[in-house]
Amino acid sequence: MKRHSLITRIWHWINAAAVIVLFMSGLTISNAHRHLYWGNYGFDPADAWLHVIRFPAWATIPQRYDLAEARDWHNTSAWIFALALFMMWVASIITKHFWRDIATKPSDWTPRAWLTSIKDHLPGRTTGEAPGIDRSYNPVQRIAYGIVLGVFLPMMVFTGLAISPGFEAAAPWLVDILGGRQSARSLHFVFAWGLFGFFVLHLLMVLLSNPLKQMASMITGGKREENSDA
Amino acid sequence: MPEIKRRTLLAGMAALPAAACTELAETGPAGDIFDAAEDWHRAAHRTLASRQALAPEYAPDERSPDIKGNGTLRIETPEYRAAKANDFADWRLSVTGLVDNPLSLSMDDLRALPQRTQITRHDCVEGWSAIAEWTGPQLSALLDAAKLRKEANFIIFRCADVLYDRAYYESVDLIDAYHPQTIIAHDLNGAPLPEKNGAPLRMRIERQLGYKHAKYLTGIEALASFDDIEGGKGGFWEDLGDYQWYAGI
Repeated sequence: MKRHSLITRIWHWINAAAVIVLFMSGLTISNAHRHLYWGNYGFDPADAWLHVIRFPAWATIPQRYDLAEARDWHNTSAWIFALALFMMWVASIITKHFWRDIATKPSDWTPRAWLTSIKDHLPGRTTGEAPGIDRSYNPVQRIAYGIVLGVFLPMMVFTGLAISPGFEAAAPWLVDILGGRQSARSLHFVFAWGLFGFFVLHLLMVLLSNPLKQMASMITGGKREENSDA
Repeated sequence: MPEIKRRTLLAGMAALPAAACTELAETGPAGDIFDAAEDWHRAAHRTLASRQALAPEYAPDERSPDIKGNGTLRIETPEYRAAKANDFADWRLSVTGLVDNPLSLSMDDLRALPQRTQITRHDCVEGWSAIAEWTGPQLSALLDAAKLRKEANFIIFRCADVLYDRAYYESVDLIDAYHPQTIIAHDLNGAPLPEKNGAPLRMRIERQLGYKHAKYLTGIEALASFDDIEGGKGGFWEDLGDYQWYAGI
């Protein structure tokens, strides 16, 4: 059995590309008004709960301040990102990937389970190389992937839709649930940086655990170790 | 892998898509894809919300302390200064183009029409929002009085302000033109519009971003197409900065 299914692999790379473009064009959009507010309105920096730095041109799409072009990149990639996320969720429920690999068990939510997971990740511990060790995700991975796939990524879509005045006419309740348009905008920013944090950790984990093999298995599918009961 | 190499690799991975994006956006295909994505957003909004679906309206105590002015804040032309000094008593709003009955309306004519008062949120493309009460006649009443012709597809708003040597203007399709909250506002929070907010008249296009809400309104023109108007993209910011004509997102 492949370590990563074809659907997972296709989604992973489409999502990676879309998220990188969304994040970097989002930094340009953030530069347009570098203050975040709670509630429905907010325009006076004196009322802001956070003043955001000006992101340098090398970190943004495009590589100069151009709000209109950044919005084009952002709103186009948003389609790819949201549709791919939706199809991935439908597929992982149909194929039972979600229930098999991502859904947590009650025992995953214990400090002991987390400690074991982290210990297994320490340098020098090559998890699963020994036969008989479960190659499915460990509790910390299940929780992390579950939060990213089930909370952070969908919240990017919902908070993004809520900022759109045209969409709001169709679903005003979405803006209300999120606490108003400026709250939705703030949450969009907060979840984006949460995802950035995951991205950094995710890359670090890959780099620490045989990066070439990991990259290869996310492209070709790789192999699950024998004796795996996952 | 040594730390420095890893960092170089990461920076390279970040720079690669950015450079590719700049390259792509400046060539043809990306522009077409952007236009298609904008059309899909508009089609999705129009499918999910009815033509008449309203933007949220707020209670008086939910208004923001002020409504920020943006774009033109003051008009220096002698004509505008004289009109303002005269409290806009001689200001005219024309309704022309593909209409059977062209109009030229005074401020009193506009105030004599049935009025709509709405407390709505103004969302700027930059990201900020303000909430205020706007009063004025519905655009639909003017278009009906002017007897809009069947060939008309777009309504163009002509303005008294000039930015970067170009006359400000904007346009909407007939769905937004006939939307119940699309009004020609003359009052803001119960008083005549201040100059920074577009005195004496401005559009409210409540389901779109602020740059669609043309200020210092002088004329309303019905057209079949805006290809031959100014830069041909349907609005001042659309022409100048390639902003999206559909600003519902």
